[in-house]
Amino acid sequence: MKLDSFIDNTGEWLKGTGDNANIVMSSRIRLARNLMGFPFPNKASKKQLHQILTTVHKAIEEIGYFETSSLFKISELDNVDKQFLIERHLISHDHATNPDGKAVLISKEEVLSVMINEEDHLRIQVMQSGLNLDETWKIINSIDDALSEKLDFAYSMHWGYLTACPTNTGTAMRGSVMLHLPALVMTKQINKVMAAISKLNFASRGFYGEGTQASGNIYQISNQLSMGHGEVEVLQNIKGLIRQVIEQEEQARQALMLQNKPMLEDKIFRSYGILKNAHIISSQETVDLLSMVRLGVDLGVLKDITRKCINELFITIQPAHLQKIGKKKLSASERDAKRANLIRKKLGGT
Amino acid sequence: MKCDLCNKKATVHLTEIVDEQMSEMHLCEECAREKSVQMEQQFGLSDLLAGLTDFGKQVKTADKVDLKCEHCGITYDDFRKFGRLGCGHCYDAFKSHLSTLLKKIHGANHHFGKTPKKLPKADKKKVEDLQELKNKLMLAIQMEDFEKAAKLRDKIRDIESKKSK
Repeated sequence: MKLDSFIDNTGEWLKGTGDNANIVMSSRIRLARNLMGFPFPNKASKKQLHQILTTVHKAIEEIGYFETSSLFKISELDNVDKQFLIERHLISHDHATNPDGKAVLISKEEVLSVMINEEDHLRIQVMQSGLNLDETWKIINSIDDALSEKLDFAYSMHWGYLTACPTNTGTAMRGSVMLHLPALVMTKQINKVMAAISKLNFASRGFYGEGTQASGNIYQISNQLSMGHGEVEVLQNIKGLIRQVIEQEEQARQALMLQNKPMLEDKIFRSYGILKNAHIISSQETVDLLSMVRLGVDLGVLKDITRKCINELFITIQPAHLQKIGKKKLSASERDAKRANLIRKKLGGT
Repeated sequence: MKCDLCNKKATVHLTEIVDEQMSEMHLCEECAREKSVQMEQQFGLSDLLAGLTDFGKQVKTADKVDLKCEHCGITYDDFRKFGRLGCGHCYDAFKSHLSTLLKKIHGANHHFGKTPKKLPKADKKKVEDLQELKNKLMLAIQMEDFEKAAKLRDKIRDIESKKSK
C-alpha cells in the first residue's frame, strides 16, 4: 500500500461514530515495548537498530493480525510525507527526526500503527472512534499478547515493562481520549476543568500534539501514571473522568442554548457561511470555524453535514495534507487558497 | 491602559521574549489569571521529572552517584542529565535510585498489570502469585489493616528477592 492511498481513506478513528461521538472524537491506547538483549534506541548502534526493525517487522507479519498493513521506513520518506504522517497522528515529531533505523507500520484503516525505534523499540497504537476504550484495549491487548509470543519483551516482575523513560515504566500504557469542548471554552470553564484534571494526575494537551494549545476547542486527556495500577483499572479511571467532563460539556451546551440560542445559532451559521464561501483561509481560522460547525451538527442546528466530514477536515486542512492532495509543494499563501478550495468543495459551497 | 483581551483596566503587564522577538501584553486581573492557568498547563512531564531528579542541571561533584550499567555503559549521572535509560539492565544497575524515583513519579514502585505471554512457566506462576499478593496488599492498605499489610509486604519482598533477574 502506498502512502498516498491514505489520502482517500478515512481513518477508523475519524468516522464520528461510537459512544458520545457528539463530544468524544476518538479513543487511543499506546503501549511501549522493548526487546530483551538490545539497548534502547537512544543507545543502539545503526546495525542494532536495523536488526530490531527486521525482527519486529517479521513478528508483526507473522501474527497476521492486520493482513493489509504497510511498513514505511522513515529514512525513505521526504519531509512532506513525514509531516503527513504526523498530521494523521500516526507518528510523533520525534519519530520524524533522526530517521536512521526508524519505521512505522500502519494498518489499512489506520486502526493500528506501530512506531519502530522511536524512544522505545515498539510503540504500538490503536485508535477507535468515539469513547471506546474497552474495544481499543481489547484490540491492543490481543496484538500485544500475540507479539509477546514471538518477541522477548524486556520485562521484570518487579518493575513491569521496561522503557527508556521511567515515566512509562510498568504498564507502559497511555490511554487517551480526544474531546471537543467548545461550550466549556465559551463559558470560560475550561481552565477550571483542565486544572482539576491535572490535579488528578491526568495530562491534557491540544489536538495537534504535545505542547500545542488546544486549537479548535479539542483536548486530549490521558493518564500520566503507569505504575501501581493495572491497565484495566487505569482505563476505568480515565473513562470515569471523561464521563464527568462530558457531563460538564453537555450542561454548558444546554446552558448556552437556553440563555443565548439566537447568538449561538448566529455564530454557527456565520462560521458555516465563511467556510463555504472563503477563497483564502488560514488553518487557525479554519479550525476555529470548524469547531463551531461541529457544534452546530451536534446540536442539530446544522443538518446537512456529517460529523465524519468535519472530522476529516480537521485533518486534511493541515499543510502536508494540502500538498499531498494538490500533488505539489505549496507556499503558505498557496496553501491558504488550496485550503479554502478544499473546504468549499467538501461543504458544497460556491 | 486597557486590557488587550477585554476592555477592562489593565493591571498586569507581561513582556515575553521568544526567539529574540519581544512582545508586550497588558491584561486585566481576570484575563491574567486565565492566562496564567494556560501557562501552568504548558509545563509538561519533563518539567515534572526535572523537579524530581536533577535532570538538565549540572550535577555537583558531591552529589555524584558512581553507578554504571555494565551492559550499555551509561552512568546514573548520564541518566540524570538526559532522562533516558540505556537498556533494560539499567533497571538493575540503578535499582535503589530508580526505586525512589519511580515512587516519586508514580506514587508506586511495583508493577500491577499484565505480563508477556512468553515467560518461563515457573516465572509465570510466580508472577500470578505475586499479582494476587499485591492485590491483597492494596486491599489491606485500603482497609487500614496494617498488620496484615506488613506481612503481605514481607511475603512479596521474599518472592521478589528469590526471583531471577
